[in-house]
Amino acid sequence: MTQLDKGPAIDIRGLNKAYGRRVALRNLDLQVQWGTILAVLGPNGSGKTTLIRVLATLAKPDKGNVWIAGSELGSGDSFIRRMIGVVTHDSLLYDELSGLENLQLAAKLFVLDNADRKIELVSDQMGIQKRLYQRVGTLSHGWKKRISIARALLHDPYILLLDEPENGLDQQALSSLDQIIKDDSKALRSVVMTTHNLERGISLADEVVILSNGRVVYKSSTESVPDTAVLREAYFQYRD
Amino acid sequence: MKRYIKPIAAIIWKDTLLELRTKDTVVAVLVFSLLVVVVFSFAVDPTPQIVALTAPGVLWISFVFGGILGMSRSFSSEAENSSISTLLIAPIGRDAIFFGKMLSSLLFMLLVEILVFPIFAALFNFPLLVIEMVPILVLSTVAVVTVGTVFSSMSINTKAREVLLPVLFFPIALPAIIAAVEITGAVLQGSGLLGVADWLPLLAAFDLIFLVVCPVAFSFVVQD
Repeated sequence: MTQLDKGPAIDIRGLNKAYGRRVALRNLDLQVQWGTILAVLGPNGSGKTTLIRVLATLAKPDKGNVWIAGSELGSGDSFIRRMIGVVTHDSLLYDELSGLENLQLAAKLFVLDNADRKIELVSDQMGIQKRLYQRVGTLSHGWKKRISIARALLHDPYILLLDEPENGLDQQALSSLDQIIKDDSKALRSVVMTTHNLERGISLADEVVILSNGRVVYKSSTESVPDTAVLREAYFQYRD
Repeated sequence: MKRYIKPIAAIIWKDTLLELRTKDTVVAVLVFSLLVVVVFSFAVDPTPQIVALTAPGVLWISFVFGGILGMSRSFSSEAENSSISTLLIAPIGRDAIFFGKMLSSLLFMLLVEILVFPIFAALFNFPLLVIEMVPILVLSTVAVVTVGTVFSSMSINTKAREVLLPVLFFPIALPAIIAAVEITGAVLQGSGLLGVADWLPLLAAFDLIFLVVCPVAFSFVVQD
């Protein structure tokens, strides 16, 4: 980690992104330090998913600079992709392949050594062993989400980008996810997590930001937020 | 090099596995190509002169339209669950993804061509095995899948995918298709590859140019 811990895990400056005439992110500045869990809150259409897509190298910024693990987006994308694990709204899984085959594909794409052992490990973490041999298309949304999270963890990323990861998860899977997010053995792992659940955001995160109309309108450490009522007030104050 | 080749092999492995499960691409392309060949064999008066004029065109109509159908279906599976993003968030260049998808399509198309050609030859009274056809099939199919892969990925998020793909594909691929038809005609008439000395380098040059241009174009196409 010598090279990584010099600057912030994520450094966003003046980020703009539009889809046609719809502006998704406006002049956004944000830093996430190593080992920090950041909860990104905001109403629908506030730019949370676009932010995750940009950080995941799936969307190209129109303007502004983004550094992830010290590498600038657009110039060191392969390195960045090795550093991040991504969970999006969509499962990013192939329905006709089994869970195991989907994980094997991810392992091959990341050219991982000891792939079988790593698949076993993440399968244990997310409790998916029972469903590993079943075709993904036949699984419920929750099981797909579990496999999707396992896939994101497979290469043991330093930065986790989670877009509303709790959607569709049962209590057991939620608990596994919370353990992964708060994993003390990964002291330098940073997490950026979008959520609509203010209580979860506060309980898991070190910092919270509220996005509205593609801008950061509120930022605070969770220690300085006395309870969810304060956050709720801020959330509704800045809602469209 | 290992970090470049292994992900390409992984994409081919994944596409082959999907194809074995669904049989979506090969069966659709095979049935389509066979139908075209059979329908034309009945529609055309089988005199040697007419067959010599029309048969190469029939063969490449069946292969190219079948290939477009197959590539379109191949990218449809990538659109489900946004699963193409699985490839896009991997630490590999977009060109590696391009070559993975292109080589999968090449594999499936060559398989269909191997199955369809003997039936075409039987119906149009050509020898079942024409060894000179091997380089023609390979070079022409490389041209078709190289251009087709870029345009298939371009049309992935459009509703009118089936319409858009041929409209974009044909103007670009036309020189390669014309070359393929001309060379096939000469070879089937017994002139051999020496009789098409002008067309063969054109086809090879087309492949070379588009094997350089298309991976670059692909990397722009798949980015939001």
